[in-house]
Amino acid sequence: MTRDEIFEKVRTILVDALAVDEDDVAMESILTKDLGAESIDFLDIVFKLEQAFSIKIGQGELFPEGAGSDPRFVKDGKVTPDGIAKLKERLPHVNFTRFEADPQSSKVAELFTVETLVRFVEGKLKK
Amino acid sequence: MRWMWIDRVVELVPAQRLVAIKHVSMAEEHLHDHFAASGSHAAQPIMPMSLIVEGMAQTAGIMVGHAEQFRHKVILAKVSKAEVREDATPGCTLRYTATMERMDATGASTRGVVELCSPELGREGAGGSFREVGTIDLMFSHLDNNMQGLAFPEHNFVFGEGFKTLLRMSGVIQ
Repeated sequence: MTRDEIFEKVRTILVDALAVDEDDVAMESILTKDLGAESIDFLDIVFKLEQAFSIKIGQGELFPEGAGSDPRFVKDGKVTPDGIAKLKERLPHVNFTRFEADPQSSKVAELFTVETLVRFVEGKLKK
Repeated sequence: MRWMWIDRVVELVPAQRLVAIKHVSMAEEHLHDHFAASGSHAAQPIMPMSLIVEGMAQTAGIMVGHAEQFRHKVILAKVSKAEVREDATPGCTLRYTATMERMDATGASTRGVVELCSPELGREGAGGSFREVGTIDLMFSHLDNNMQGLAFPEHNFVFGEGFKTLLRMSGVIQ
């Protein structure tokens, strides 16, 4: 399956799960900030991805829980370099470039874009 | 008012499917306000859509809770889709069929079909047969696994006495 084909399916899932217009969903759209996703929507998206691509997603594999609030990796409201390294290890499908410039812990949720989902599914399908 | 919006569980296939019925009665107080007579408009008692959604949520919620022996606090988290095309009026019976779409430690998603048996003669569905009038798809969260730092009581406040009575009357529990 090509990246474009994966994107098309992911877009259909997001239109359904988040009640957004197809035109609103771009590769760089942030799930929370741009598309209005809330915590329960992440579970909905995981369920729908599993069904649409016949893949199995473990708990916390796509969206880790408590990543922005772990006291070992957050200092003064910012994720520490150690924390970022750990997150990168756990989340190879996430692009950290923008986050690293201003790693505020409150912005961890903004790491998850449509591209994150596409890359995650790509990785899963290759396995 | 007791917050029970189904009268009886009539079928249960554990973790897969649960069917419940709700008889709509003129004795229910809220029907006198929904909608009361106003000016030249006569009263029009109709089961509120929000309570039909709640009825399906109770139907599906019991299925989700039963799948794990009611160990989790099962909370309605999202109404993914709700469409009901006909009004349920006093004398009608609603039948809710919930099926499990997906379930894991954090929650569950369910699909639901709403059927109506109305007493009007000469209509499809009269005389005891049901016709499909809508769908309600839902998502549930297992509160214990999604607390996000919030504290909730230890006891299972979701499946309280009202639910236990209903489940006992329906033969689901002893």
